[in-house]
Amino acid sequence: MAECRGLGHSVQRKEDARFIRGQGRYIDDIKLPGMLYLDIARSPYAHAKITRIHEDTAMAVDGVAAVITGKTLEGFKLAWMPTLMSDQQMVLPVDTVKYQAQEVAAIVATSRYAAADGAAALEVDYDPLPVVVDPHEALKPGATKVRDDKDSNHIFHWEHGDADGTEAALAGCDTVVEQKMHLPRIHVASIETCGCVASWNPVEGHLTLYLTTQAPHAIRTVVALVTAHLGLAEHKIRVISPDIGGGFGGKVPVYPGYVLATAASVVTGKPVKWIEDRSENLSADSFARDYHITATLGSKNGKVTALKLDTVADHGYSDAAANPSKFPAGLYHIATGSYDLENAHVSVDGVYTNKPPGGIAYRCSFRVTEAVHAIERMVDLLARENGEDPADFRLRNFIKPEQFPYQSALGWEYDSGNYGAALEKAMDMIGYQDLRAEQAEKRARGQLMGIGISSFTEIVGAGPSKTFDILGIKMFDSAEIRIHPTGKAIARFGTKSQGQGHETTYAQIIAEELGIPPEDIQVEEGDTDTAPYGLGTYASRSTPTAGAAASIASRKIREKARKIAAHLLEADEADLVWEQGKFHVKGSPDRAKTIQDIAFAAYTNHPQGMEAGLEAISYYDPPNLTFPFGSYICCVDIDRGTGQVKIRRFVAVDDCGVRINPMIVDGQIHGGLTMGIAPALLEEISYDADGNITGGNLMEYLVPTAMETPHWELGETVTPSPHHPIGAKGVGESATVGAPPAVVNAVVDALWHLGVRHMEIPMTPARVWNVLNEHGAAATR
Amino acid sequence: MSSHQISVTINGEQHTREVEARLLLVHFIREELGLTGTHIGCDTTSCGACTVLLNGVPAKSCTVFAVAADGAEVTTVEGLGNGGLHPVQRGFTEKHGLQCGFCTPGMMLTSKALLDENPDPSEADIRWGISGNLCRCTGYVNIVKAVQRASELMKENSDG
Repeated sequence: MAECRGLGHSVQRKEDARFIRGQGRYIDDIKLPGMLYLDIARSPYAHAKITRIHEDTAMAVDGVAAVITGKTLEGFKLAWMPTLMSDQQMVLPVDTVKYQAQEVAAIVATSRYAAADGAAALEVDYDPLPVVVDPHEALKPGATKVRDDKDSNHIFHWEHGDADGTEAALAGCDTVVEQKMHLPRIHVASIETCGCVASWNPVEGHLTLYLTTQAPHAIRTVVALVTAHLGLAEHKIRVISPDIGGGFGGKVPVYPGYVLATAASVVTGKPVKWIEDRSENLSADSFARDYHITATLGSKNGKVTALKLDTVADHGYSDAAANPSKFPAGLYHIATGSYDLENAHVSVDGVYTNKPPGGIAYRCSFRVTEAVHAIERMVDLLARENGEDPADFRLRNFIKPEQFPYQSALGWEYDSGNYGAALEKAMDMIGYQDLRAEQAEKRARGQLMGIGISSFTEIVGAGPSKTFDILGIKMFDSAEIRIHPTGKAIARFGTKSQGQGHETTYAQIIAEELGIPPEDIQVEEGDTDTAPYGLGTYASRSTPTAGAAASIASRKIREKARKIAAHLLEADEADLVWEQGKFHVKGSPDRAKTIQDIAFAAYTNHPQGMEAGLEAISYYDPPNLTFPFGSYICCVDIDRGTGQVKIRRFVAVDDCGVRINPMIVDGQIHGGLTMGIAPALLEEISYDADGNITGGNLMEYLVPTAMETPHWELGETVTPSPHHPIGAKGVGESATVGAPPAVVNAVVDALWHLGVRHMEIPMTPARVWNVLNEHGAAATR
Repeated sequence: MSSHQISVTINGEQHTREVEARLLLVHFIREELGLTGTHIGCDTTSCGACTVLLNGVPAKSCTVFAVAADGAEVTTVEGLGNGGLHPVQRGFTEKHGLQCGFCTPGMMLTSKALLDENPDPSEADIRWGISGNLCRCTGYVNIVKAVQRASELMKENSDG
């Protein structure tokens, strides 16, 4: 029998065949007969009263079929929609805009160009209002109030851990470091923007929604809930998520454009397409981070003892964060990280400002990046304050392998880990001691070189349904496998790949469990009419949840296969032995039936009394989250003349448990590292005092090119998850989470002898040069 | 809006159409001709997703008017393999140089032009050559390897 190429094989990706031929089917490739196009007129002001919308100015444009305003939607009770965080956001404003680039009206026309002409022609009268963009200012008495329907700009206070115990422990520490840090607003900038095609069939009362979504099933339920009063029902809503050109969390929420296209299709009776352009995408949706953190970390006798994080979170004008319902600050309380810390307390105060909603993940599991940045910066500072090398300090303070499963001070049970092994491997790979020696030499010559470490612990795979839900829907995920008579299979999942390679890796899991080669397994996702219900792909949850479901469903099939094999072999079930791909009779390896033989029999010769067919479904509710980890070491050189930070080397040792497809795992880490150095060095969405976005295009919002991206050096350790069926943990986001503090620690390390103790991000040449200049270290010629 | 008759040879096939003066080449390719392998990632010549070869030279078709391509030869991803697979396409899949696939057609056409000009590029040459094309998924390292692999395959082809 041919090798089935299950776990651990770098199987070439099945999805590549269409992608390299230009045959992927992305949202803008969908064209339906009679389709209209929708464009959106947006606000030039960050805060203003709309005094009048001159709809006639757009209607006068050739090809414009309809103009939809907030007043139109108000008539259908659709001007506002609920967010995932028990808040609401506008689909279109009825009277007031709250951020620059906010949707003001939708223009529907017979062509893309005519719709854009209509949006450009639409005249709107505004009365500008005072603007508040700084969340600290927004919290002051008398501040401009962002939301008319709320008492103040303070959205929520959330805290976790033992406040008094942490204060007492900090008071008893012999060394305490405190640092403020800002993780600025950033944008996922997937190369494909967001969009949809809505197709309403008034005769059948049926809506088909092609949508750039990472969570098609949840979106269908949301659409059903918010439109029930208009007569739409979930069984008559079909959401299809086609090939997705990158998601990174930006394609989790429901955006106003989706609702507008749907409303426009209902109003016009024709299919309607809405595709965001890049500047709309960069100025109106898919924003992450914006945490202002005050961190305090203390040690006693060199042992890390207590952590306190106080946080002001800028959510923009609505709390539309993409978090599980019970977690307003996501999984920020993973902040004790890789360290055996007895006392911890974290708090977050959410604030409204005149900015678009933020709080999507940017390739991370709900605020884990913010948490890891804080702890990894603070551990570095504390190590120095203790007069110890940051590597040695970490190695001494790590949670030890024998402490797993480990109960963290903030209530998590870490499943497995071996942090010291990962860091020691990274140090070996990069030649840590040699680099330190080189650094000392260079410093003596006036050259700036730094070495930074980040030893992160992630928390992914939401989640156990006892704690994790989205709008009440438990965060399980699903797999349905059908084996056809010829031994070929189709498998469908509740998740949705955006480039992660699910068509290949899920097939490999099933191959491992059933012995059917991956090429004989068709994997499908993204169509709510055919796939089993699931919560989607984000937070590195596909392998921990749907991947586990693939294993469990396969094992159910194997149990039925055993009964059929016993029938075929005229043997007792208990006497059958499974070896990958077949059952044989114990002691007689030649008396065997392959899974293909059994599949055929399941339809042609199954035992009397047994139902025909060979299929199973699993809705997998994980018993715990998984906790991937790793250690990264970054080596930088800084140009004293320009402030340019150059990453000379970057070693990343990742432990994501058992690896399904090593090639794909490495690819995920490469991409994650690149999206990790990006906010450290380049990316920021910022606003001026009037709320004007200062980076709403790709010339100002700097996504790394091949020139800024170093040659990644990867290593691995493998510590299986004890509770996952195949021991896997999830890996898509580890590197984005782990990389930024490694870069910051490296830059601070390079400048430490000058008296620099912290760097805010992004560490642009201008920012670094200014710091050099303040410390008398900038080369002036 | 004035319109003009243009004639463009795309992937070896000549297409004559009456188009608006302002029609962008990328929309001509995607909407008029239905060749949706050329993608749109921005509208400011920044991302390179819409890269096609215009008379053999990479051009970002989101900022070229269709009328400016009158009389030109255009190659899109659909014409890259010429019936089979081009070495660049093989290199990208063998070295896992793509993930979501959205930047991939533009990235491959840029790579082809690079290799046509410099059959044996260094890593630095490749990084510079593809620096006008953004990829958010791969971190570029495997794209560099893909282009190196394509270079090997092209040499094998010409040796054979």
